[in-house]
Amino acid sequence: MMENVVIRTVSRLAVPFIQIFALYVIVHGASGAGGGFQGGVVFAASFILMIIAFGMPNVRRRIDNRGIMWLSVIGIAIYAGIGFLALLMGGNFLEYAAIEAALGIPHLHGILIDLVEAGIGIAVMAAMVSIIFDIAGNGEESS
Amino acid sequence: MTIINHIPVLLVAIPILASLLILGLGWYDRRFCYPIALITILSQFLASIAVLLQVLDGGTIRYHLGNWAPPLGIELVIDSFNGFILVVILLLAFATIIYARRSVGKEITPDKIVSFYVLFQLLVTGLVGMTITGDIFNLYVFLEISSITAYTLIASSRKPHSYVASFNYLILGSIAAGFILLGIGNLYVATGTLNMAELAVMLPASYHLATVHSAFLFLMIGFSIKAAFFPLHLWLPDAYAESPSAVTVLISTVMAKVSVYALFRILFTVFTTAYIIDSFPVTRFILLMATVAIIAGAILAIAQEDLKRMLAYSSISQIGYIMFALGVANEIALEGGLLHILGHAVMKGCLFMVAGVIIYRMGTSRLSDMKGLSKTMPISCAAFALAGASMIGIPPTIGFMSKYYLVLGAFEAGLWPYAAVLLVGSLLAAIYIWRFIEIVYFGVPHGDPHGDDHKNATAREAPLSMLAPMVGLGVLCLLFGIFVEVLMQAVGPAVLLLLGGA
Repeated sequence: MMENVVIRTVSRLAVPFIQIFALYVIVHGASGAGGGFQGGVVFAASFILMIIAFGMPNVRRRIDNRGIMWLSVIGIAIYAGIGFLALLMGGNFLEYAAIEAALGIPHLHGILIDLVEAGIGIAVMAAMVSIIFDIAGNGEESS
Repeated sequence: MTIINHIPVLLVAIPILASLLILGLGWYDRRFCYPIALITILSQFLASIAVLLQVLDGGTIRYHLGNWAPPLGIELVIDSFNGFILVVILLLAFATIIYARRSVGKEITPDKIVSFYVLFQLLVTGLVGMTITGDIFNLYVFLEISSITAYTLIASSRKPHSYVASFNYLILGSIAAGFILLGIGNLYVATGTLNMAELAVMLPASYHLATVHSAFLFLMIGFSIKAAFFPLHLWLPDAYAESPSAVTVLISTVMAKVSVYALFRILFTVFTTAYIIDSFPVTRFILLMATVAIIAGAILAIAQEDLKRMLAYSSISQIGYIMFALGVANEIALEGGLLHILGHAVMKGCLFMVAGVIIYRMGTSRLSDMKGLSKTMPISCAAFALAGASMIGIPPTIGFMSKYYLVLGAFEAGLWPYAAVLLVGSLLAAIYIWRFIEIVYFGVPHGDPHGDDHKNATAREAPLSMLAPMVGLGVLCLLFGIFVEVLMQAVGPAVLLLLGGA
């Protein structure tokens, strides 16, 4: 793998763009087609590309299992946290309008949707990367 | 708005948070896992009782997620039918989590304990979600959550064969999920909605469409695989016999019941009796298959040499009883069917717990190794005898009451030969239950060349945390049978709801 200069160079160029595109898809979820799940998968795809081009140990140094676990926990916690915030503000679960009304900030619900989508995106990305680690992990234990 | 109004969503959201907490804290110290899971499931159980009482008192509770009214949004619905099921599954989940602590320590490698409790919690969440959702696609999502966690839990045993069992279940479960998704898709094509209540209103206009018929068959087959209804049961014996004891208890009681619940829900409240009896007569076929399931499951159970495998085949037979109620589809039989959902969950939970305790103490589940076991493990054997009596249908246990209602229902519908099958099934159940009783009470441990009998000598009575839920469930078999009127206050309205098609 190390001798293939073309793959490594192209990957190095492509990965930032893939990740930016993933963020765009996540943020776009509030107003159009897109969303946390799709964006999270695209983000995880950038990690697959890095694993193919630079090998597993290289990627593992950047994001290890502990990191993945925390990312997935944080992702779902953001989602559930906003859901419960709506409950505390007197609305139903995930009722953005209740938070907006309680805090008195106009157009807050759009930001809240983005936050929820970001949470989903983080969790999906972490789960996907964890699956890749498990499948491509040469049989080594990773859980 | 008070907290009580939000119970439907809290029943699903709190355990998801709890599973995150288990994962996070478990990373630091494994000892945090168990108490968090215990407290969460206990509070879910108490909340489910509160919500059932509220439903019986004030009618159906509908909760709109994000305050988006259906058909735009997803709603959670708790009526007298799924409120009852909810209490049953959380009662069993609570008993299982108490039982799980010691059993898990023995049967699962220490580095997998954290993920075991996370998955256990998520499995319960998925099943609760399946029970209370009012949206048919949401049902599918929760079904996938519960299925995937169940595959993983089955494979978490130390026995290598559990991977094979889990993989077989994975394949069949995925086929089932595929069928269910196709069915949901066809329903959406035919009506343009995914909300169950609205589907029930809009479907009668399209009862003649082939799309609706195929949707019905897809859903029927899919959920029959998940519920292990007789010819589609092939995944079940391995999955039950090879998984860790606590997982066996959970999937044999809670998970099987929720699949049956989903089938009832779709047949009676989405398609309504008008469809399954008049427009697309399927009940007589279900009745026929149910009687085959009752007899075949029981005969296969008699043929087994392994305690857990015997109980697994017995489950196939008992699912037949519940489907029998669906096939008869009159008020009394359905009351019997719902009672049997509760009764079978309680007694099979108890029986699998005994099997787990024997594995915990003796490391074997072969029936021939258990000769004279009642001397060393008297309480476990007594609990087995009690739950076994309920399985056979000896009064005054819950097993007797449910079969009594089923037979009465069959009589009322004029289905005399089918009622006779129920009685034959009970006799066959008596054979396989009695085999175990005879071995443990009257069998003499003999010294055979392999020296297997020394296992009995070292076996002691199970630890308290395993005995308590086991004996508790055994006693419940008796109490539910005696105080069946109390249960009927919940079962009666549920059956009216099913038949009313509301």
